[in-house]
Amino acid sequence: MTFLDLIWLIPLFPLAGAAIMLFLGRKLDPQQPSAVALAPGVGPAPGMHGLGHAGHSHAGPGKKLISLLCPGTVLLSLIFSIGAVAELARLPEKTHQLILYTWIAGLPFQTATGSLARFSADWGFLLDPLSAVMILVVTGVGFLIHVYSIGYMGHEGGYYRFFGYMNLFVFFMLMLVLANNYALLFVGWEGVGLCSYLLIGFYFHKKSASDAANKAFIVNRIGDAGFILGMLMMFHVFGTVRFADVNRALAGPGYAPEASWGVLSVMALLLFVGATGKSAQFPLYVWLPDAMEGPTPVSALIHAATMVTAGVYMVARSNALFSLAPATSDIVAVIGAFTAILAASIALVQNDIKRVLAYSTVSQLGYMFLACGVGAYWVAIFHLYTHAFFKALLFLGAGSVIHALGGEQDMRRMGGLKEKLPTTYWTMLAGSLAIAGIPGLAGFFSKDEILWQVYSSPQGSTALFVVGLITAGMTAFYMFRLMFLTFHGKPRMDAHTLAHAHESPPVMTVPLAVLAAGSVLAGWIGVPKLWTAFPDAFRSFEHWLEPVMLRAAAHGADAGHHDAATEWLLMGLSVAVALGGIWVARVFYLRRPELPERLAQSAPGLYNTLLNKWYVDEVYGAVFVDGLAKGGGTALSEFDARVVDGGVNGTGWLARFTSQLSIWWDTWIVDGAVRLVSFAVKVVSYPVRLLQTGYVQAYALIFVLGVLVIFGYYWMR
Amino acid sequence: MTLLNLCLALPVAGFLLILAIPKENHRAIRTAALAVSLLVFGLSLGLAVRFDTSLPAYQFVTNVPWIASPAIRYHVGIDGLSLWLVILSTLLTPVGVLVSWRYIDRRVKEFYALLILMESGLIGVFVALDLFLFYVFWEVSLIPMYFLIGVWGHERRIYAAVKFFLFTMAGSVLMLAAIIYLYTQAATFDYPAILSLVAEGRLRFSPLEETLLFLGFFLAFAIKVPLFPLHTWLPDAHVEAPTAGSVILASVMLKMGTYGLLRFSLPLFPSASREHAPWIAVLAIIGIIYGALVAMVQPNMKKLVAYSSVSHLGFVVLGIFSFTQLGLDGAVYQMLNHGISTGALFVLVGFLYERRHSLEIADYGGVATPAPNLAVVFMITTLASIGLPVLNNFVGEYLVLQGTAQVNFRWTVFAAIGIILSACYMLWLYQRAFFGAAPEPVRAHVHDLSPREWSAILPLVVLMVWMGTATQTFLPPIGAANARILEHTRQNVEFHVKQRPPGAASAEVARAR
Repeated sequence: MTFLDLIWLIPLFPLAGAAIMLFLGRKLDPQQPSAVALAPGVGPAPGMHGLGHAGHSHAGPGKKLISLLCPGTVLLSLIFSIGAVAELARLPEKTHQLILYTWIAGLPFQTATGSLARFSADWGFLLDPLSAVMILVVTGVGFLIHVYSIGYMGHEGGYYRFFGYMNLFVFFMLMLVLANNYALLFVGWEGVGLCSYLLIGFYFHKKSASDAANKAFIVNRIGDAGFILGMLMMFHVFGTVRFADVNRALAGPGYAPEASWGVLSVMALLLFVGATGKSAQFPLYVWLPDAMEGPTPVSALIHAATMVTAGVYMVARSNALFSLAPATSDIVAVIGAFTAILAASIALVQNDIKRVLAYSTVSQLGYMFLACGVGAYWVAIFHLYTHAFFKALLFLGAGSVIHALGGEQDMRRMGGLKEKLPTTYWTMLAGSLAIAGIPGLAGFFSKDEILWQVYSSPQGSTALFVVGLITAGMTAFYMFRLMFLTFHGKPRMDAHTLAHAHESPPVMTVPLAVLAAGSVLAGWIGVPKLWTAFPDAFRSFEHWLEPVMLRAAAHGADAGHHDAATEWLLMGLSVAVALGGIWVARVFYLRRPELPERLAQSAPGLYNTLLNKWYVDEVYGAVFVDGLAKGGGTALSEFDARVVDGGVNGTGWLARFTSQLSIWWDTWIVDGAVRLVSFAVKVVSYPVRLLQTGYVQAYALIFVLGVLVIFGYYWMR
Repeated sequence: MTLLNLCLALPVAGFLLILAIPKENHRAIRTAALAVSLLVFGLSLGLAVRFDTSLPAYQFVTNVPWIASPAIRYHVGIDGLSLWLVILSTLLTPVGVLVSWRYIDRRVKEFYALLILMESGLIGVFVALDLFLFYVFWEVSLIPMYFLIGVWGHERRIYAAVKFFLFTMAGSVLMLAAIIYLYTQAATFDYPAILSLVAEGRLRFSPLEETLLFLGFFLAFAIKVPLFPLHTWLPDAHVEAPTAGSVILASVMLKMGTYGLLRFSLPLFPSASREHAPWIAVLAIIGIIYGALVAMVQPNMKKLVAYSSVSHLGFVVLGIFSFTQLGLDGAVYQMLNHGISTGALFVLVGFLYERRHSLEIADYGGVATPAPNLAVVFMITTLASIGLPVLNNFVGEYLVLQGTAQVNFRWTVFAAIGIILSACYMLWLYQRAFFGAAPEPVRAHVHDLSPREWSAILPLVVLMVWMGTATQTFLPPIGAANARILEHTRQNVEFHVKQRPPGAASAEVARAR
């Protein structure tokens, strides 16, 4: 039994952990009737932990078991992943498919092209270089975040629930990246959305948390509807949704890049709609910043390192399709670039430390899609991989700061924490330098490669490059604004909070250190081709992914036509822009702190627009939530009650009215006629009746009179 | 006595048994009802065990004369289509008994007697193979429900019961007329016999005749489904009905309509069905979106779930009138899914009502705090209802959409909007009822699930996961039955079907225009 045959166990470990937590968790970690349950309306402040309690050690044995079990399952997955990837590297074909059983299957039928197809979706796994990168990122970063959470969540109610959800999340994420077909990928795709919903709404007593959870799920659902439609279309065209079979069909002679909007372009666009939901791209990015309502490790795991990269993964996985759909690829690139600069512009002025990082994530994901859009899929995955390190690090570092300050998230009430939180400071500095794109650190390699590909690829353009470059400058600025506001200058919090501020325990700082090391070193497997001093081994990432990037590899080769001088120039430019961003942040927030204030006052319109996130949430709220959904629902509900049901009740009324009419008719006309007849008879018979007296004497009198009349008649004649 | 006849007869025996118990002895009545319904359920499982998917015919058949003239026969039997619907009925009846255990406290004897009697009618509808017998069962199942709503319902129960009865009657009278006309033409009420006459071309209808007959059947079924705009009896009936009534109504009774469409409308009137498919599909899509939007703003939980049923059943009708294998499979699967998940929703709403004595969402909030298990089960049911993969509804919706996508992608796009909206209204309901701070009455009255309540809801939750992950337990018999139905819709059909070149002859390529 090799690790390759056991890849189905990789997602199973966390699932087992989740099942144990959700079924037995409450027994292991008995919940006190929390203050919240007794006092309605008083929500707990997230992160209000640690401070009031002395030390970190009043965990019961059950809780200890949870702390051991849940990160343990992810560690097991990590070990099995490493083993499987190592074995995969030795396989000549670099791909391994394992089908457990048939999940859905139907009878054969005709597809659009006329061939017979049988609908079937496996419960099957695919390990190839792309999913190998993903499972290592998910289990590796996931494990560190689990360990960190032991410290961060130690004093919160619902410890078991938190870890249960986290493990469930890792399970679905692994299903997503290990699936061998789109339908099963969709299981993970919706599953991570579900876990994200559960974890964002973790503090479910708070309205804002459950609102954010709903928003995340529903916005994702909009994307998912697009994804499903794309999947339906794909099955209709190819008769299969298995990656290998779809790619084989696309590689066939029947398909060439579409000149205009053909079926492949529409299919790719629908899939991309799904990606904009999951990976928080314009116009569906709005859920991600609100997702910061969840506990901070959740933000790190879901909203930075893993779940949000699902869209990028899916597009890269479908590179054979996207490379045949240039029109869609253009849209991907433009949306990516637009999202990158939009989110970066919002991040410039946000005051909530997690919110800055959230918008930064949206912006970095924009970079990844920009890379996908210009056909540089491997670079997108490269950036996904380096980003996982430094963004998880930054979020966990921010969590450490929040933890130290007893729940404070507003950077205006931070400052001067460098000495108090040295490990957090130095690790976060590494992360900030990495994301800013300082040469030698992970972010530099991947971001610079993206910019270069955008400039040089036949599908790229100078305009997109300029947008990317400006975004890079903004990135450097807002990250160092965050660093300076948090760690430098004078402390701006109250004395009590400052006195209690303390470095986090090792269970939290060790993951920070590991991630910092990753942020520094992870990029060295993808150094630019320009750096000819380094042997090819330093460029192994691209070669590793080559088997997956079928047609895309050809595009990559085109990029080599430009001369080295241009490439050096652009590289220098991007580094200069990054340094410039840091310098401006230094001027604004260290040297002359009054400047940002003055600037904001001189352009209040722009400042408020940025601070209010371009009012996108307000517009969406008015148009879609209140307008279409609630307004439309209310209008239709009225319509239902008044028109549709009104018709029914009207029919009922009409029936009763008709019956009233019938009663009237029956009484006065039908029965009236009868009575009229009888009346007429009565009237006519009245005179006759007068004679019918019943007296024998009267009859005798009439008889005699009659006789007299007759006799009189004959006598007179 | 075949197993099937036993399943039909036992509830009647149970009905008589309950009538024999003194009416003061509530405990004995409930126990008897539970025992009988569980026994029937156990027997019906035997149907599934002994059902042979490879046989292309009805199984467990009984065919004996009932009335000499006109020749009406007691002809019953099941295929893959009716198999699971029978089991759905027998499963939901004990659930109905369990949820009424404390809920029903007056006229207990009558209640359980009617509930058990109704089971027989429901099973009969799904197994009758004689058109007249079918009509009898159709009406027999109607009457107990009328009383369940009218006697044990809430304030406006009389209005709702009468509305329910009149709506259904209006449709079924036309169906009866169509059945009698069929008899005058075919000289038999025997369904397989009529079907083979149609298939062999010995019984032909003029287009006008076929359209009128189709509409006669269709109207009866469409009211039962219910298809927009014939749905307004449903919210009233659900809101006023006792929990068990709502559960049976939503889970089983609505399926009588879609079952009728599949069993009778499509094979008997293939040309008319195809001709009318476009506007029926459009009505189904309107129902999907309309039901969801109206559900969103309902302040009453049961009304919300009732409108969501309109939306879900829209998917079923859409799948049926896609005339594709996948669409039909998805439609039948979705019928079962809706029975399980919406049945579970009504069960859970009933649990909440028993505690708080209100169906208004505004009276709840923070229920997750005092009743975590109830909250978890409600969450799983919610997720099933909105079609989360690995739970049941996803499979059905997906197959329906896949089937529709083969015929008309625009329909699919509009139907997909329903998927988004279902998440909106269900999650919003969940947020308002279960999240947030718990107000005083909720904390005082809402307690967690009792063992009896667990026993009612757990089988449904297990089925949600089972039907979502192991579809091959259920799909093969359904697929085989649907293939035969589709085969019938292709025989002797003069218009709208383009035959493929030989070799691909068995494949469906017709596009309903």
